[in-house]
Amino acid sequence: MSERPAVVAAHGDLARAFLEAVTLITGRGDRLVAISNRDRDAGGVHAALRQAVIETNAQVIFTDLPAGSCTMAARRVQREFPHVDIVAGVSLPLLLDFVLNNAEPPPASEHLAARAREHLLVWEGTRVD
Amino acid sequence: MSIELFRIDDRLIHGQVVVGWGQPLEIAFIVLVDDAVAASDWEQDLYRMGVPAEMEICFDTVESAAVKLADYLADERPGILLTGDIATMRRLADASGRVETVNVGGLHHRPGRIERLRYIFLTPEEEQELRALAQGGIAVTAQDVPSAEPIALEPLLASRGER
Repeated sequence: MSERPAVVAAHGDLARAFLEAVTLITGRGDRLVAISNRDRDAGGVHAALRQAVIETNAQVIFTDLPAGSCTMAARRVQREFPHVDIVAGVSLPLLLDFVLNNAEPPPASEHLAARAREHLLVWEGTRVD
Repeated sequence: MSIELFRIDDRLIHGQVVVGWGQPLEIAFIVLVDDAVAASDWEQDLYRMGVPAEMEICFDTVESAAVKLADYLADERPGILLTGDIATMRRLADASGRVETVNVGGLHHRPGRIERLRYIFLTPEEEQELRALAQGGIAVTAQDVPSAEPIALEPLLASRGER
């Protein structure tokens, strides 16, 4: 059973909030480590992410914004640790899928991302011109 | 002018620049001035990945940016010029003589720096660099996002991180 945690890196308190929501819903917040870019320059974000990957042996880093400093830092970490996947545009359904999946080997990150896309739904309202 | 923002930001290209400023200003190109990035294909690929496909990104050394700045300013499209530190912006200002305003957008905590704003930490040497820019006739303000009020240099340097 795969229990290897993932790192969630995001702006402000977002990663911690994701972790809290995942814990509330599943009790499995222990499978995630939250990193914030708050008060950190690019080097600081990279150092924090790198440390988290080393300490947890994580294979996946989830980031919030594809153009954001967390994703940039994650790419630098991936350069040093090529086995690490990066999934940008993290969402709650994506993290829930991750923490509840105990398959061995763990599901490919692309599979997780595809599932998350399926959870992005729109029910259009009626507009009055 | 078509460079809407001369910004000092130690994260260079990131969400606040691309989304926070990029969308409201309808930015079409970013000039990233950094000697190390200009010398590294890998770094350039990394930053290129961070901008939307419709946004052009130009990588320059201080020297090449100083030469091309007139062209960037003449570009009809709105753009942002970025440096990762104050010294680089000052070198560009000195070399080009074409920088009129500087936005200090993000300089984060490092040993030796004092918090001035929650997004600006400065060493005494960096404060002198900012004063030197201002003494050269450049309007220096601090502002992280477009919706925030710009803060002039002297109030910035008098601030103790309380805002």
